[in-house]
Amino acid sequence: MASPIDISPNRRDLLITAGAAAALSSAATATTAQTADLSQPVISKISFSVNGADQALELDLRTTLLDALREHLHLTGTKKGCDHGQCGACTVMVNGKRINSCLSLAVMHDGDEITTIEGLGTPDKLHPMQAAFIKHDGYQCGYCTPGQICSAVAVLEEIKAGIPSHVSDDLTATPQVSAHEMRERMSGNICRCGAYSNIIDAMSEVAGATA
Amino acid sequence: MKSFTYERATSPAEAAAKAAKTPGARFIAGGTNLLDLMKLEIETPPHLIDVNGLGLDKIEATDDGGLRIGALVRNTDLAADDRVRRDYGVLSRALLAGASGQLRNKATTAGNLLQRTRCPYFYDTAQACNKRAPGSGCSAIGGFSRQHAVVGASTACIATHPSDMAVAMRVLDAQVETVKPDGKTRRIKIADFHKLPGTTPHIETALQTGEFITAVTLPKPIGGSHVYHKIRDRASYAFALVSVAAVIQPDGTGRVALGGVAHKPWRVEKAETDLPKGAKAVMAKLMADATPTPENEFKITLVERTLSAALMDARA
Repeated sequence: MASPIDISPNRRDLLITAGAAAALSSAATATTAQTADLSQPVISKISFSVNGADQALELDLRTTLLDALREHLHLTGTKKGCDHGQCGACTVMVNGKRINSCLSLAVMHDGDEITTIEGLGTPDKLHPMQAAFIKHDGYQCGYCTPGQICSAVAVLEEIKAGIPSHVSDDLTATPQVSAHEMRERMSGNICRCGAYSNIIDAMSEVAGATA
Repeated sequence: MKSFTYERATSPAEAAAKAAKTPGARFIAGGTNLLDLMKLEIETPPHLIDVNGLGLDKIEATDDGGLRIGALVRNTDLAADDRVRRDYGVLSRALLAGASGQLRNKATTAGNLLQRTRCPYFYDTAQACNKRAPGSGCSAIGGFSRQHAVVGASTACIATHPSDMAVAMRVLDAQVETVKPDGKTRRIKIADFHKLPGTTPHIETALQTGEFITAVTLPKPIGGSHVYHKIRDRASYAFALVSVAAVIQPDGTGRVALGGVAHKPWRVEKAETDLPKGAKAVMAKLMADATPTPENEFKITLVERTLSAALMDARA
């Protein structure tokens, strides 16, 4: 499973000069904490797929997946709320599972398939969950909405996959789609405008339509 | 966040050896707690060893009828495993009571055991904290201590362990399998894994420098009714004020462990002989030598009531 990685302790400005790629690849796995100059950013090459498109980036190792998406790929649909995994605004799907992109280093996603709100649908071709959020007024200010929608899509998949929740009465039974179940499973997405009941209405419609 | 170097481990033993050779190095798996702390510069590792690629993400039956849970099994996958749901329901329930769906998709079995306290004074670098900065004092003592420990605390630290999963692991008598930097393996009983704070609250587990968790094993199922009751300030996605993990047999005997009240999952085996007589009978031994603060003495009453509710639920 382990794959070779490209790491360089070199300074960012050095990397911008000609020969940067060579410097990166030759440094490869030789970097250790003892030899690196940690007063400077440590740069790494990272490749992953975002919304079906392959991306190759050279990033400071400290870059979170969230910052890679927003600041480097300019996919600003994914939002930074708390930046500490408490609000859910940064929720994206990685290899089909929802995570908080703020609490994950981009370098740890080499080779992964990432889906953001931009990959779910477009203004011309909305994902059914996006359409349902609009129909049911599942937002006010809209800042948490991309995370809510990514989470909502994943929640319905998780229920379909038979993953139980805190409110499932019988652990060994197949969980059912209900407002009670969806509310519990959406608890990692905070909406300060309080659009929760409309979000559940939107999810219920999508769940009913696809059940 | 401080700058660091990064590598992907190729084997558990190599990871342990590398960690021992690199002062301050940290293993990173899900990263949901470590990165949070690195952003605040509470953790400042100069080197990260990514252990996600080691294939430790399987749940296997053991020869003695139990389960071996790989260190990298995600909380979601462990909670959803059919064998865990059927035979170790208290573990599934505890996992599902913790964090959010997004976090459980990332958080790992070993990482859950190793997560740091959510004491607000540990998180606030402007405050004294013997756990974060040994010898600096404890601002929680005499501070806002509503969420803090009521048993097993010390004059150096009154933080609690935040894990729900570990409380269930304690009631199930799990063991932690590790590999040390010299390549030798060992098993640590979960009862001995987490430490009380004493005078060294920065030492939280029995792990030695570089020692790497490879798996957590569960003994063969003990039957009974499995319950996990968690009391918190909101209905979901919050740490426990008090939690009760219990496995109760049809004759009323059983086991119980508590979360949210101590620096480690709290279990007093000699108190369990009184379980058939009900929650009140268990309390004297379970909460002996409790040292609550005026702000958290409500937890003593809350433990008794939560245990009482858990026992009723188990017998229903």
